[in-house]
Amino acid sequence: MGVEGIGASVVRKEDRRFITGKGRYVDDIKLQGMTFAHFVRSPHAHARVKGIDFSAAEKMPGVVAVLTGQQIVDDKVGNLICGWAIHSKDGSAMKMGAWPAMAPEIVRFVGQAVAVVIAETKNQARDAAEAVAVDYEVLPAAADIRAAIKPGAPQLHPEAPGNVIYDWTIGEEAATDAAFKSAANVVSLDITNNRLVPNAMEPRAAIGEYNEAEEHFTLYTTSQNPHVARLVLSAFYNIAPEHKLRVVAPDVGGGFGSKIFIYPEEMVALWASKRTRRPVKWTGDRTEAFLTDAHGRDHLTKAEMAFDKDNKVTALRVKTYANLGAYMSLFSSSVPTYLYATLLSGQYNIPNIFAEVISVYTNTTPVDAYRGAGRPEASFVVERLMETAARQLKVDPTELRRKNFITAFPHQTPVIMAYDVGDFGASLDSAMKAIDYAGFAARKAKAKSEGKLRGIGVSCYIEACGIAPSKAVGSLGAGVGLWESAEVRVNPVGTIEILTGSHSHGQGHETTFCQLVAERLGVSISQVQIVHGDTDKVQFGMGTYGSRSAAVGLTAILKAMEKMEAKAKKIAAHQLEASENDIVIENGEFKVTGTDKSIALPMVALAAYTAHNLPDGMEPGLKESAFYDPTNFTFPAGAYICELEVDAGTGKTSFVNFVAADDFGRLINPMIVEGQVHGGLAQGIGQALLEGAVYDSSGQLVTASFMDYTMPRADDLPSFKLNHTTTLCPGNPLGVKGCGEAGAIGASAAVINAITDAIGNNKLEMPATPDRVWHAIHG
Amino acid sequence: MSTIKLTVNGKAVSAEVEDRTLLVHLLREHLNLTGTHVGCDTSQCGACVVHIDGRAVKSCTVLVGQANGANVTTIEGISKGDELHPMQAAFRDNHGLQCGYCTPGMIMSAIDIVNRYGGKLDEDTVRHELEGNICRCTGYHNIVKSVLDAADRMKVAQAAE
Repeated sequence: MGVEGIGASVVRKEDRRFITGKGRYVDDIKLQGMTFAHFVRSPHAHARVKGIDFSAAEKMPGVVAVLTGQQIVDDKVGNLICGWAIHSKDGSAMKMGAWPAMAPEIVRFVGQAVAVVIAETKNQARDAAEAVAVDYEVLPAAADIRAAIKPGAPQLHPEAPGNVIYDWTIGEEAATDAAFKSAANVVSLDITNNRLVPNAMEPRAAIGEYNEAEEHFTLYTTSQNPHVARLVLSAFYNIAPEHKLRVVAPDVGGGFGSKIFIYPEEMVALWASKRTRRPVKWTGDRTEAFLTDAHGRDHLTKAEMAFDKDNKVTALRVKTYANLGAYMSLFSSSVPTYLYATLLSGQYNIPNIFAEVISVYTNTTPVDAYRGAGRPEASFVVERLMETAARQLKVDPTELRRKNFITAFPHQTPVIMAYDVGDFGASLDSAMKAIDYAGFAARKAKAKSEGKLRGIGVSCYIEACGIAPSKAVGSLGAGVGLWESAEVRVNPVGTIEILTGSHSHGQGHETTFCQLVAERLGVSISQVQIVHGDTDKVQFGMGTYGSRSAAVGLTAILKAMEKMEAKAKKIAAHQLEASENDIVIENGEFKVTGTDKSIALPMVALAAYTAHNLPDGMEPGLKESAFYDPTNFTFPAGAYICELEVDAGTGKTSFVNFVAADDFGRLINPMIVEGQVHGGLAQGIGQALLEGAVYDSSGQLVTASFMDYTMPRADDLPSFKLNHTTTLCPGNPLGVKGCGEAGAIGASAAVINAITDAIGNNKLEMPATPDRVWHAIHG
Repeated sequence: MSTIKLTVNGKAVSAEVEDRTLLVHLLREHLNLTGTHVGCDTSQCGACVVHIDGRAVKSCTVLVGQANGANVTTIEGISKGDELHPMQAAFRDNHGLQCGYCTPGMIMSAIDIVNRYGGKLDEDTVRHELEGNICRCTGYHNIVKSVLDAADRMKVAQAAE
């Protein structure tokens, strides 16, 4: 590797603009004649809209327009869609209720928009929105899973009797039941996976701009996947045809899944810009983010694991209720099914698995993918069961895991996934060494002598990333392919632009993607520019989520690079009067191997564009593109171990040590990879200790601000010790697996396993607040 | 409406604004200093931290009238030309930022922390002092490293002056 090549911890190219305050986020953009939108939102979780009186609001200073749900229906704007079809065990299609961008008739969660005020200034829009009088007939609400499934529960959508969206299964039920019948031991757990609010620090924002003369729309939006936004807005929402719609996602301040989806506010900004013939900007505030950004997790699960007399796992049986909120968000149906139950084998050889997932509507904010998306929930189930089993069977939890690890690859699990490679023992060894697992008993005894409860908890996670092979996901119901595209443009002066369908909103693509180019061509990353986030520049792309940008996005760049290099070699060979098979690329030069003859990249590029002396029949120019469709998921895996102390008097948890040993395959930039792990761990620990969206029984979100929802702060978290073990991913030429979600997937089980170990009571729900921990200790 | 006069990043500025305008909105919308961000509505997140007369303040808690006559420094005003402030350089070198949204507020808070503690900073103190700044990307690990690194750099810089 060179100093800027693959494997180098290169400092980030994008940082300079961020540390000097020169980032360009959507809310930083000002357009000529821009107006401001403020939404009128339902204060009720379930209500009939009997009338909207905006006569006073319309007369307020600066008001340009007041638009309602009925107008958006009249304009034939499409309802929001869910793009992944799931079928129930009886073969019936999932029950999708209609979700208009603004509710014309029924509101089904607090915060759902019923109207929007467009005004000359933000304050004028807000003032006038307060003057809009909405007449609601309040209906009974079902605020959580239990309330939604009980007999006589309020019904949200006529399409979904009993509020059930689907009742889906995976695996062999009869074989699993039989394995349980002959089991030597059975371990069971009831698990609540708490609802989380993603809370990217940049609230969502959108600017719609309609150009009347060109009949052309532009949407500036906080998106992880601007091309998907354009596709959905044109193909399904009927707002603008694809060739007349440009979507720009400039700097985006974090996503974590919540900015995958195309929300009502973006639709309305675009639609309203045509209605008003003015650019329309909407910038969410934090409470709007709490109320309208898709939430994550929210499962109720009963899980059982069967063991034979040698403590080998023989079967796993899981029944999960998943809360999808009031409407089916874009990928919501896939999260508790194919992104969850397919990972229930964990790192273990489990011959029989059966899982049933029942997804339900409730009068709450829609739930969709949030960092990890299904895989944290699966990992939590498996790793809590393993720890519980070790305690019940009175064996060391690391030994029980080791005894059941999958050690031969490829390994076909009973739940679709075919693990390609891994070394789970190596990552567990690495984590145990880093935390001095062998010395824990002595440390625990010493802590006890000082009146402290010390615990240790292990979590060995696996995830499926690099999503995803298009044919495979298509067969499972996905409405899109999950390939990625890239284009390499070598300019006549030899500088290089890489156009990618991936989108960076913190991941550092502007650096890591350049590192691939530096590695292959031997040029400085300063000679390379990454272009992303604009549908007018990049032809197509599926965006960034599911830890896919290295495994899929970067591989697409590699494929385009290979094509470009092949052509450049032909040109170089022609210029040097050599055979193209003898040309090698080193330090930015094309060399004839074994000679001192060479030609620099800029000269090859210039030759390609002057076209004065190219091989006969060759097209001018040096630009190549590629679409790359992966052949399998990738399987990052690792071991996390958490050591902590609990103060029995207060229930407060304090970290002693948190170690992570991850196998991500090849690392492009170890510094950036470690940053991704840190952030993921913080979100996993946040789920375990601090975070939880709380609704009251009427469907009010009680935790709708940073004063009520506990975000992890610097003094809530420890410094982390990270290690890496490596098995190269055989599924892509770079050998990369993806690292963006691992921390969030593996951390929460390690924390809960450690606290329950410390306090000697296995019944503890997340978030394990001091109050809950104190009650778990003292009853 | 009121006329507000203040000094921002060393330049005298004045603006005619509604009395209810917050300092952060004056900076972003009237002075086009969009490096200062808004991340919440409740003065919890610290994305909007600037310096007022040398102290770190959440600019979403300040009505413009309260800032009348004040000397305000924003993220755009701390580097000397192309030369980054040591705190900016430390954030870059230690990968103390990812999406960049909380970063300006973090840097402005962190400079104030180092100024107040001088060379006596340790990890626990930095973590405690950063309690008013929320980051969702980094898990704070590299932010803490950045601040401690910058404290050393600022000490060296002060010694050299």
